[in-house]
This record gives sequence, structure tokens and C-alpha cells, in this order.
Amino acid sequence: MKHLSELLFPLIAVIAAFIVGGIFVLIIGDDPILTYQLLIGSALSWPDGIGYTLFYATPLIFTGLAVAVAFRCGLLNIGTEGQLYVAAFAAAWISIKLGGTVVGGVNYSWASLPALALVPIACLVAILMGAFWAAIPGYLKARFGSHEVINTIMMNFIGIALVSYFTQYYYKTPGDPIMETAEIGVAAHIPRLGSFIPGIPTRLPLNVAFLLAILACVLVYIFLWKTKWGYEIRATGANPSAAEYGGIAVRKQIVLAMAVSGGLAGMVGINEVLGYRYRYYEGFSASYGFTGIAVALLGRNHPVGVFLAALLFGMLNRGGIFVDAFTDHVSKDLVEVLQAVVILFVACEAFFRGSFNRFSLLRRSKV
Amino acid sequence: MLELRDITKRFGEVLANDRINIKITEGTIHAIVGENGAGKSTIMRIAYGFYTADSGEILVDGQVRRIDTPHDAIAQGIGMVHQHFMLVENMTVAENIVLGSEPGSAAALDLKSASQKIRALSEEFKLAINPSAVIETLSVGQQQRVELLKALYRDARLLILDEPTAVLTPQEVEEFFTILRGMREQGKTVVIITHKLDEVLAISDEVTVMRDGRVVGRVKTKDTNAAELARMMVGRDVLLRVEKPDADAGATVLSLQDLRVMGMDGTPRVDGLTFDVRAGEVVGIAGVEGNGQTELIESLAGLTEPELVSGRVEFEGRDITTATAKERKQMGVAHIPEDRHRRGLLLDFDLAENSILGVQDREPIVSFAGVMLDNGAIERRARQIIKDFDVRPANPALPARSLSGGNQQKLIIGREFDLHPKLLLVAQPTRGVDIGAIEFIHRKLIALRDAGCAILLVSAELEEVTALADRLLVIHEGKIVGEVDPKVATTEEIGLMMTGGHR
Repeated sequence: MKHLSELLFPLIAVIAAFIVGGIFVLIIGDDPILTYQLLIGSALSWPDGIGYTLFYATPLIFTGLAVAVAFRCGLLNIGTEGQLYVAAFAAAWISIKLGGTVVGGVNYSWASLPALALVPIACLVAILMGAFWAAIPGYLKARFGSHEVINTIMMNFIGIALVSYFTQYYYKTPGDPIMETAEIGVAAHIPRLGSFIPGIPTRLPLNVAFLLAILACVLVYIFLWKTKWGYEIRATGANPSAAEYGGIAVRKQIVLAMAVSGGLAGMVGINEVLGYRYRYYEGFSASYGFTGIAVALLGRNHPVGVFLAALLFGMLNRGGIFVDAFTDHVSKDLVEVLQAVVILFVACEAFFRGSFNRFSLLRRSKV
Repeated sequence: MLELRDITKRFGEVLANDRINIKITEGTIHAIVGENGAGKSTIMRIAYGFYTADSGEILVDGQVRRIDTPHDAIAQGIGMVHQHFMLVENMTVAENIVLGSEPGSAAALDLKSASQKIRALSEEFKLAINPSAVIETLSVGQQQRVELLKALYRDARLLILDEPTAVLTPQEVEEFFTILRGMREQGKTVVIITHKLDEVLAISDEVTVMRDGRVVGRVKTKDTNAAELARMMVGRDVLLRVEKPDADAGATVLSLQDLRVMGMDGTPRVDGLTFDVRAGEVVGIAGVEGNGQTELIESLAGLTEPELVSGRVEFEGRDITTATAKERKQMGVAHIPEDRHRRGLLLDFDLAENSILGVQDREPIVSFAGVMLDNGAIERRARQIIKDFDVRPANPALPARSLSGGNQQKLIIGREFDLHPKLLLVAQPTRGVDIGAIEFIHRKLIALRDAGCAILLVSAELEEVTALADRLLVIHEGKIVGEVDPKVATTEEIGLMMTGGHR
């Protein structure tokens, strides 16, 4: 019952967004019903629609969880975008260095490790780099009280510029016109789901990182609600004064929560580098970090909610491409309108809850 | 003047008001008393239009009126002053008072005429408030008078005051009552919601007693007494005095040597305290609030930045001056904080989760690998506390927010007692707690003392510290101004010391 009512409001927000989006479509001069049929149909078709929906959802699950964990500690991590960039670059870097990458006779690497060693190392490096990048604003907040929103935004600029510099001057293959690193070693590739699950075509980029995302949801749930660390983080978020009174080192929790958050954001790099492009590619993130804030908000900062919200946003991303191509007037910006309206409604929740209560009171009142 | 007829109000499954009938006579001071959760605030919020009743009617001057919003109430001449003030700190008195009904044209704000009216009202009711003073420079008592002015400015004929004395010092309470009596003489009607019986007897003309959402009694103040009111409120005879044997004090548990605690502004809040607390005794600290009691208890609990603390604190002979809150808890120092909402509870967490605050990293709460929380153990602990300390409703899955103040306090006390402390730091143990629970908490504290725990007690209620303490220290501006024997000292004597008028 409690869980059902938790779901109700996000659901209303989504339905409301579709109605508002439909009005826009009508104004633009297309048929809303047909547009939505196209949007949803193309996102849920088997196998390509679902495959791409899940693929697009994967980074959003990671960033959504990242924002949710920080939020449970009372922190707003706006820096997941920067964290996932530095993590993705770090994953590519270690996979080049230890993956035996040789391009045009130039040896970029120190060693050539087998997959069994390289994949875990590369994943770990991505997570640790993301964690490190997020822990810096966490530490600044804990030590000096400087606000994490400002600092995470600043760290976005620094991180993205820094990896751009390294890509341009050290890890781009000569003559490559695109801002991307050399390819990572084959040993660092993680398999596409199609390569070992029968029925899924191998052309779909959906890879093992999606399974990691599901695992991350489960682990985040256990971490937050079943461990003493999670309790201490949530207590700090709920009431820092009471947490302090309970013997919880509030400053440590802030750094820890930010590090866990950044580590989760960093896992986007696993999907992107090890599972899809096999290199670091500048500008790869379609604002995954920022959309993650929306995902966490819609998912009520709970792993289950984050998973569902990420699926919805993944669906919209997939369907948006088709709406763009196959309607007369509507562009894929419709998806952004839908996302924005969803967030608007979720953000207005308190207001709506209040008025719902008021309406129901009026109905029962006889005074 | 105001009559509430058959008002019923439900919140979900809770019946907050059950066919309430209250009649308030014009030109009187009417007290509404009852324990926390008896529904007294709810019924008055209905009268003020904050809530809408499920059924029943409201009559003003004999006419049935719809009061759906505070705006309607104000139009009927009903004003309300809430327990928590609703003032904008950095604005002036006049600006706060006109807020929501700004005089003048749409563009220009006419504060001048408002100030004149406020000044006149302030003089008429002897409130001594300067309309151009900024709120944050005013004392709590003055801010309360601004709230009164706010209602009077809107031509309120009936003022509803929700627990008005909770935030006042004893001296301020006296002044406040004088103002209320003055208002009655000017023909205003006052409704005062409270659970302090001595105040009811001192100020009111008539009393309505509520219990469990119902009106259980309606009496003239001159025809009743504290014992009778307490019996009506609680539904049984209540012991208004604490009965305790003499203390059997043992070894020194806590020892302070020249303890100094600085405030954030660099002025000393605790200024060179030296005293001991021994096992099996209650040492009480009496003083007007804000004289260093809060800082003393917080620093002893390890909640003050170490660089603000100097001097020496010993616990069982060990130097703990710089020990953290966690280390102190592990040594056996428990703490019942003065502000249960800010310090003591995670209001959005359920009772089970609140019951482990402070022991979340200890056996048996953590089991597997010293990391995983053991839900079974948490639930057992919560149920034990709920049972031993009679927390209601007895459901560990409820959020702490949904409990009444008394039950929240019992949960905190139960949680701290369950640590089997050697030293208990208690601040305001019964603030905002109803009579039945006060009696219960007092008995538990004495039982803990008799089991050999050293207790340091701070309370703003002079009666409470004198009743519970075996030794009483009086604090003024962060210094101990004297020690008295609570069994022989008089209230006047202690009160004089509290204001620094001693010696």
C-alpha cells in the first residue's frame, strides 16, 4: 500500500506530461495519437526497439542511482556529468595502457593483459576515478562547508576540459580528425548480450553493462537500507544534527556518499567505453549526468524507481528518433518537452499533494 | 461569543475531534487543557479555519458561520497566535504586522498610518512594542507580543493562543499574564491552549478539559483545583509530586575542572565550571534558559567542536575532554537532548530505525561482517523499548513524526536507557510532554538513579529540577552561582540566584 502510493504520483506526472506533449503535437499540426503510437511502438518493438531502449536506459540507471545516493545524504550531486567523463576516459586509458594497443606502428601500451584481468581492472578504474572526482567536492563540503552544487558544477568544467586535453595531445591517433582516443585493447571489450543470449541479435549495442546496472540497483538498495553505512548516510541526510548526536561522523558520511555517488556515475564509462565504442570519444554523453537528476527525481531516489524512470527515459530517447524521422512536423525535441514536463510535475508534487488533500477535505466537509 | 457545536474531525484513521462542544463566553479567558494528542490544537485550528471539520457547526455571536480559511476567521474577529511564531526575522514589527494586508494603494505601501495604529494598540494593551524595531533584535517574549499585535491589528475580538508560555521564562510568563488580564478588561476574549495546570489556575475564568478527542469536563476555574483537572485530563489520579528515597551516592563518575565552552561568536557560554557527579545521584542545574545549560550538556555529550572547549572533563577518571560523541556513547554516556526534533529523532524514519540511532554500528544491531543491519534485532529492540516505555501507538513501522511529543520523548528515553548508561545527560526531559507521561518519565529517571547511574539534569522547570535533584547547582551567565539543597531551598531563594541577584 505504501509502495503503491509512492508510485502513484510519478505515474500521474508521466500521464500529465503525455497529455501536455499531445497538445503541443496538435498545435504543431500532427496527430498526437499517431505520434505516440510511433513513439511507443518503435521503443517497444522486438528486438530492436527494446534492445535500444535498454541500451539508452543503461547510463541513466547509473547516473540516476548516483544522484539518488547523494540525495539520500542530503547532497545534490550536479557533477555526475563530469564524473562520468573522467571515468570513461580513465577506463579507456587503462585499457589502452594494459590492453596492448598498437596503432600505425606506435605502441601506446605498457602491457597486454588477458581479458579476465583487464576487464575487472578497467571497470574498477572507471569506478574509482568517478568516486575520486566526486569525493573532491565532498571533501570540500565536509572540511570547509563550501556548497557541493557549486563545486560539482565547477568540477564538471575542469573534468571535461582535462580529458579533452589528454585526448587531443596524448591519446589521439595521428591523423584522426575526430576527438577520440586510440582504440582500447580487444581484451578489454565486454560482450554484447546478443553474443551469449540466444534470440538477441548481435547488432544491438546492448551489453553486459546493462546487467551491471541491474546489479547496481540491487547493491545500492542493500547498501542504503541494509548496512550500517547506508543507515548513517540516510540519517545524515534526514537530520545531520540527530546523526551527529547518534555518534555518526557527519563529515565522513558526506565524503563517503559523494564517493559512492561518483563511482556509480563512473560506471557509465563501462557501458560506453568497454561495451560500445571501445574508445573514449569526446562528447559521448547525451547529458546522461543531468538527465540522471531527472531520473532520480522521478524515481523518488529509490533504486526501483530509478530503474523504472531510466527505462521510461530510455524509451523516449529511442522513440524520439522515430518521431523525428517519420512525422511531418514533430521533431525529437518532443522527447525533451515530455521529460521537462514530467520533471515539472514531479517538482510540483508538494503543491499537488496539498491541493488533493484540500479537495478531498472539501468533499467530506459539511460545515 | 464563539460556540463550536458537535465538531468532528478525522485524520485518516485517527479521530482527532469527536463531537466537540465548546462555548466561549465574551470577555473571559477560557483555557482548553488536555494532554498532547487530546485534540485541543485541532479544534482550535478548525475554529481558525486552518482545518475544515468533517461535521458540526461554528457559531459566532449566535450566528452559524462558515470558516473555511484563516481569512474567514479574521473577518469574524478571530485571531490566533501559534506556538511557533510566524514572523519574518529581518523585517520590522510594522512590516510583519501589515504582511498580507498591506495598507495604501497597490503600488505604494503606507507604513506610516500602520505604525500609528500599531503604536496606539501597543499603548492600549501595554505591550511596549516599537513598530520600527527589527524582529531579530527582539526577545522571544517581545516577538510573542508582536504576534498578539498582528491579531489585534486585524481587529480580532477573540484571540486563540496555542501553548503561549512554552517559550517563555517564568518572569516573562508573569508579564504575559498581566497583558492577557489587561486585554480581558478591554473586552477581548482569550482562548488559551495549554497543559500546564498552574497556569490554567492562575489566568483562566473557565476551563474545558479534553481527553482522547472528546470534551470530558467544563468547569469554572474558581470551583476546581490542580488535582481534579489532572484527573480529568489523564483519566486517573496523578501523582503531582515525585516520591523518591534519599540518594545513595557512590564513586565520582563525571568530573569537570574549569570547563569553558565558547560560543560561535567567541564569547564564553560556559565559564569555568567545576563540579562532580557521582554514581546514584541526580545533580540538577537550575537557571534561566540561555545561561549556558545547552552548551554545557552538548559539550559533555561530545557535540561541540573541540576547539571551542577548554578545561578538563573526566569520566570515571579518564580524560574525555576531546572524545567524540561516539567514543563517549561507547563508554556509557547517554544523552536525552533538549530538542527532540532537532537532535533526538529522525522524524521521517520509522520507530524501529529511530530506536537504533547511536547503536547502529554495534552488536547485535549489526551482524554479518560487522556491516549488515540485522532487521530482526532492530525490531526486537524497538518492540522492547515500546513495551518498557509504553510508547503509543505501539507500531515500530510508524514514522517518528506521527507520534505525539510525549511518546516521541518516551522513545528517546527508552533508547538511551537501553544503553545501560553509567552517566545520563538529560536536558528538558518533560518539555511539551503531558502530565501522565511526566509522572512516568520522572519515575524512570529515579529508578535509573537508584540502579547506580549518575544523572546530570537540566530543566527550565524549576519545580522539576527541585523535585528530582539530590543536589542543585544554580547557573547564571555560564557560571555556577551557588549550590543549594533542593529539599530545603525555597523557590524565591533559587529564583533570586537564577537572575544573578545572589551575593
